[in-house]
Order: sequence, then C-alpha cells, then structure tokens
Amino acid sequence: MADGFNILWVQSGGCGGCTMSLLCAEAPDLAATLSSAGIRMLWHPTLSEETGAEALAVFDRILTGAVRLDALCVEGAMLRGPNNTGRFHILAGTGVPTIEWVRRLAACAEHVVAVGTCAAYGGVTAAGVNPTDACGLQYDGRHEGGALGAAFRSRSGLPVINVAGCPTHPNWITETLMLLAAGLLRAEDLDTYRRPRFYADHLVHHGCPRNEFYEYKASAVKLSDLGCMMEHLGCVGTQAHADCNTRLWNGEGSCTRGGYACINCTAPEFEEPGHAFLETPKLAGIPIGLPTDMPKAWFVALSSLAKAATPERLRRNAVSDHVVTPPAVRDPRGR
Amino acid sequence: MRADEPAADGPTRLVVGPFNRVEGDLEVRLDVAGGRVEGAFVSSPLFRGFERILEGRDPRDALVIAPRICGICSVSQSHAAALALAGVEGIVPTANGRTATNLLVATENVADHLTHFHVFFMPDFARALYADRPWFSTAEARFKAAQGTAVRAALQVRATLLHVIGLLGGRWPHSLAIQPGGVTRGADARDQMRLVATLGAVRQGLEERLFGAPLEAIAALSDPADLARLRQGTSDLALFLAIAEDLELAGLGRAYDRYLSYGAYPGADGPLYARGTFAGGVPGSLDTALIAEDHTNARMEGRGRAHHPFDGFTLPDAADEDGYSWCKAPRLGGAPYETGAVARQMVDGQPLVRALVAAGGGSVFVRVVARLVETARTLIAMEQWVRALEPGAPWCAQGTMPREGRAAGLTEAARGALGHWLRVVDGRIASYQIIAPTTWNFSPRDQAGVPGPLEAALVGAPVRQGETTPVSVQHIVRSFDPCMVCTVH
Ligand code: SF4
Ligand code: SF4
Repeated sequence: MADGFNILWVQSGGCGGCTMSLLCAEAPDLAATLSSAGIRMLWHPTLSEETGAEALAVFDRILTGAVRLDALCVEGAMLRGPNNTGRFHILAGTGVPTIEWVRRLAACAEHVVAVGTCAAYGGVTAAGVNPTDACGLQYDGRHEGGALGAAFRSRSGLPVINVAGCPTHPNWITETLMLLAAGLLRAEDLDTYRRPRFYADHLVHHGCPRNEFYEYKASAVKLSDLGCMMEHLGCVGTQAHADCNTRLWNGEGSCTRGGYACINCTAPEFEEPGHAFLETPKLAGIPIGLPTDMPKAWFVALSSLAKAATPERLRRNAVSDHVVTPPAVRDPRGR
Repeated sequence: MRADEPAADGPTRLVVGPFNRVEGDLEVRLDVAGGRVEGAFVSSPLFRGFERILEGRDPRDALVIAPRICGICSVSQSHAAALALAGVEGIVPTANGRTATNLLVATENVADHLTHFHVFFMPDFARALYADRPWFSTAEARFKAAQGTAVRAALQVRATLLHVIGLLGGRWPHSLAIQPGGVTRGADARDQMRLVATLGAVRQGLEERLFGAPLEAIAALSDPADLARLRQGTSDLALFLAIAEDLELAGLGRAYDRYLSYGAYPGADGPLYARGTFAGGVPGSLDTALIAEDHTNARMEGRGRAHHPFDGFTLPDAADEDGYSWCKAPRLGGAPYETGAVARQMVDGQPLVRALVAAGGGSVFVRVVARLVETARTLIAMEQWVRALEPGAPWCAQGTMPREGRAAGLTEAARGALGHWLRVVDGRIASYQIIAPTTWNFSPRDQAGVPGPLEAALVGAPVRQGETTPVSVQHIVRSFDPCMVCTVH
C-alpha cells in the first residue's frame, strides 16, 4: 500500500447521485477517509482538476500499463443501445462509446467496483421499456451477464463487486474501497448478488423506529402516519438487504424514518416491482411480499393475534403524524 | 479529445471533452480563429430516456422515477413531479407541508451553490497556468481540486447542511418525502431545534469563510461599490473578487441577457423569488403556453415543428447524423432564454444583480455573484421557515388520482427553471415531458439556426496559443453550473 491504492472513476448511464452521496461522507470527511487508507483518485469526473485532453491522458497511461489501476469504479448503467452500438453514451471528446471504454479499462483493473444499483444491475435506467438497453456491469437485472459477461473476473480473480443502492450510502463505498485497499475483501465476503456482506447481511427493518408498530401490526394508512408501512404503503424493509436503519443517512435519516417506504433500492429489478411503489399488493387482504425467512401461515396467525392485542397507544399513534398518545408513565418499581 | 483539425477552410476546430467538474458528460465543439472562439456547438452525449421510462406507469410512481433523473437536483425533480401530480389531483399541500417542502428544496439548492463554487468552479484558478498571477498561491492552497482547504471545509458545511434533508426527508439524494399534499414526515419540537442548530452551524461556516460578512450584509448588497468593498479581508468571496477583477470575468461569457424564472419557494403570499421574465432590459410576465421545444438539431424525431411539452414526445433518432446533441432546444416565444440564480435574481429585482447586468451584461462574474447573493438570501429565509413549522398541525393532505387529467409542475432547481408536464390517460402516465434548466442553457441551435445561451456565451472567448481545452471556455461553461444528466434525461 506504500505507493497507494489507485482508483479511476467513470460515470455512464446514471444520475451522478452516488458521487453526490459520496461527498456526504462525514466524521471523518471523504478526503481524510480516503487518504488515511492510502486511496488515491487517479481521476474522478467531479473531483479532479484534469479536463478534456488531460483527463484522457490519464486513461491512456492506465491502458498502456504506465500506471497501475487498483480499482475501476463505475457509476451508472452500461448503455448497449441503440442496436448494440453503445452510442447512447459516447464518452465526450473520444467518439468511443463509454461501454467500450469500460471494457478496455476493466481488463487492466485489479478490481472492478459497480457503484450503485445502475452500475450493478441496470437500475432505474433500465426501467420501463428500457429505451437504451441498459444493463449492469456483470448483471442484467437479476441475471448474470451484463456488459462484461458472466465469466468476467478482474485481475484479482474477483467478480465485479456490487456496491448496490440507489444511491449508495457514502460509507458503503468508502468501506468497500478500504477493504480492497487493505486486501481484506474475499469472494465469500460478497452475498448472492455480490454485494458486500458488511451491509447486505442486514435488513432495513432492523432498527426501524416503526418496529413497535410492526410487532402489533399497527399500520400507517396514509403517508405521514407514524405506523408501520408494510401493510398498506409498500414498505419492503423486512426483505431489503441494507443497514439503513442502523447506519443512518445524512446525520439521522433513513427512508422509513423519513416517513416513506423502503423500496429495496439495493436489489436488482427494484425499479419494476410490478405495482405502485408506495402501495402494498395484497392477496385476500394479506400482503404478497412477506418478511424474509417467515412462513406465511405463521405470519398470518401472528398478525391476527398481534392485531387483537394492539395497545390503544399504538393503534392511535399509527394513524397520526405525531404522537397523540404518549406511553404511560409508571413507577419503575412497578407499584 | 481528438487532435484539433483545421476545418475545411479557415478556423481550427477543437473538440473538448470529457468536461469534468460539471454534473454529467459534456462535449463542446469550437471553431477558433484569431485567438477567439468563432462558433460553439454544445453536445450532450448521454441519453437515458426517462420520459419514455415514465410512460405507462402509475402516475404516483413519478415520485420514485423522476428524482432519479439527477443525483444533484433530485429534490427539485421530486418537487416538480409532486406539483404536477398535485395539479392533476387538484389538491393543495398543507401549510406545514409547503414550508417543509421549501426547506427541502432550498437545502438542496444551497448545497448545490456551495458545491458549485468550491468543487466545480474555483479549482480552475488553482491550475498551474495561473502560476504567475499575484493571487495564485492563495487560490492554490484553498481551491486545489479535492485538496484545497476551502474545498474540504465547504464539503463539511455541505454535509452538515444536508442533515436538514436527513431529518425532514429521510435521506439525500432520492428522498420520497415530498408528496402532492405535503411531506411524509412531521417534525416535532426536538426536530425543530435540531434544524435551528444545523442552520446555525451552516450560517457560521459561511459567514466565517465564504463571505467574511454576516449573511444579512450579503443579502442586502445593492450597489457594485458595496460589493467591491468586500475585496478587503481573507474570505473566499474576497479572493474570488480579486481573481474576477484580474481576469476580467465580468467581460467573459455574456449570452443574450434574456432570463426566465418559474418563481421559487411558494408561500401564502406568493413565492420568495418572483416568477417572470427579464428581457430587453425590462421585466415581464411569463406565459408558459409560449414554451416549445425544437428538435431540428437534436437527434430526435419530430423535426417538422416545435412542440409544446403537453404535445411533445421523446423518440431518439438513433440513425441520425445531422443532429449534434441529444438535447432539444426549448424556446419561449421562439427565443432562447437563460435560467438559473442570475435569472431568479434578475426577475425578482435583486438590486445588485440588476445593476451588474445593466452595467456589463450577464457574465461569468454575474452568474457567480448571483449564486452567492442567493445563497445568503435563501439561508435567511430557511431560518424563518424552520420557526414557522407547527408540530401537531397536519403535514400531508391526501388526494386521489383521477383516471384522466394533465398538469404542469414548475419549480426552480439550483440551476434554474425546471418543468414537468404530465398527462394521465386511463389512470396511467400517457406522456411526461421534462424541460430541465440546462436544457434551456445548453440548448443546441433551433430551426432558425439561433444558438442556445451557452453557445452564444462562448463566442468571443479567448483561446491561448496551444490550448486544446481553453481555460476561458471552461470558466464560461462552469459559470452556468450545468447538469448534463438533467439536460436530456
Ligand atoms: S416501516 Fe418497514 S422497515 Fe419499518 S417496521 Fe415497518 S416493515 Fe419494518
Ligand atoms: S431504506 Fe430501502 S429504499 Fe431506502 S436506501 Fe435503504 S434500501 Fe434503499
């Protein structure tokens, strides 16, 4: 690590939001975090001084092997269209499609990191009619393949590492890069969809302040209600792999803390849930998407029991935008 | 960048890209002769097709999809979508909802202004080519890309500021908190005090480093001489003023001096910043029926006539080689308009910005000054909004989406006027047309061959001997704070 861990960052069919999120890193800030880990940006479209010809000279030095590329970070989906020409995104000033640049650069990279759900699986750019034939680096939705192909392995032997999230949390990126720089990220540290397990082995439901409402199935019925949003408002926090409610966003936020559903933005094909995002599809009054690892019969039995036992406080607060019934104050000695 | 090739007869042609420290990907083709830019062609080389992606969906899904057009102004995109949905549903947000929405939108806009100044714009003055200037060593220490002390400090202030969205909107970017009827999270007394503390820390950071003066003094600037007096001291603003004078940034990058604003931050008695136009030296009202997009030089089908957004469509013409951008050319009453902080402050009648434009036209200098003045004005308003929140009063009105309807959602992103035009047919999105601020500013030529504002602003820019990526062109381009991912969506 003496001479640093070199990163090149390329953006294609995305919104730049993962970079913007990265700049929110704090305590310590981004520059301190990266430099203390020996991570150096060879070039980043938002942060670097070099523009135009100077920037392309950096690409050149990597391709000729004059500079070692430890990690190629790609943000945004790969655009294959129209008709497999890649012309929906030509890298400015080069006349060459960005997907082609990524293929060339990936071949020289020790590691390849997909930053965000677009780069990982296609994401929102691949939604609907997918006008640009967008895909991820090594996935096309749920399926392996993508721009680099299922067989791709970077020089380190690892597949593309998918730091999925729309956008990704700043620390999901920095910690992934730090693990790579320290040589501590192995194939078994990635989950089924090749997301780093340090954040993907958690569920959004963990640490959600609405957990007490969830326990009693005291549900929010409209946006801005305090109750659990699983039953009516589309929350899939019980199935979404991320630590958003234990590692917070922008100080103290998360989607469910902000009063709206987790839409599972770290998962492939989250962009096409098959129903309106903030609505829970149900069959015979029971949500179709049940919590991960829970047998349906159990869920049904427990929820009717829980509903019967819902304390008045939760029943009322669940459908209000502020606490209308505070918890009772009791003598702690139980008298 | 491709080697510069002499155009068939005469001027040298430069193709500049990838253009960094702008949001997204940008290529600029320049015809250069006699050390000056003679003609400029601005190209957006990335097309994703969000308008098509939205078609056929449940209209409410626009709140999930549309913000993801852009990671730098996702809250503005969300606001425009919510306004369009509210228009179709025929509901008005609660007072709390409107105030909290203003806080969310303003937070993003101020964060953008800070990002622009410190991360995108100023680092150009820390480049080796300015090593002979008297201000260089200060500029280098403070503004070297990614490393300068002011850049790092500003990113910390920005991260703190974005706590406002963390608290009121869950997270940034891509919050879903803004809804047609208000916002999804009610604040309580404790939240209100956290917001006061957060904005207090931001105020302190900006007064100490960026402005070297109280926010009120910046907001009240009315006369160029007052501004000149701020050259004293060691603030970032003082440094910028010194650099601007030395490099004559007030004489660089003038476009048409024709401005439009949809009006920003709705309140009970109208918006904080007025809606309207400013053209030919006079303010005017804005008639959005006169907006139309021209496809002549866009790589889009539908070149025959310009389209009002309710009647527009986005069908890429992949085979086309004549168009030079994926960006359409929006026009108001047939003319190109500039939008952004300078437009908002011109339309609103901010006296300093009006005086500067009257004196020398809208330039690189004025665009930067307008953003700084607006930053101060907006932060002061945000402090008042936080105090106006009423815990316990309703936050989100509820509406129902009819099967048919249409409405426009018009708001102001940091970089200018943002409009979403939504048509709902049979309960689904039948069309969704978006005109982003950079679509206005970085528009290609129209049917009459009239260049867009940036294309016009680049004409006359000096090009030094041997420059392949002229630095004056970089200053001009970045002075618009372009967002290329929004431009063609
Ligand atoms: S709102 Fe979502 S994440 Fe929170 S408790 Fe309910 S299901 Fe879990
Ligand atoms: S809570 Fe869900 S939708 Fe929100 S950021 Fe986390 S994973 Fe994504």
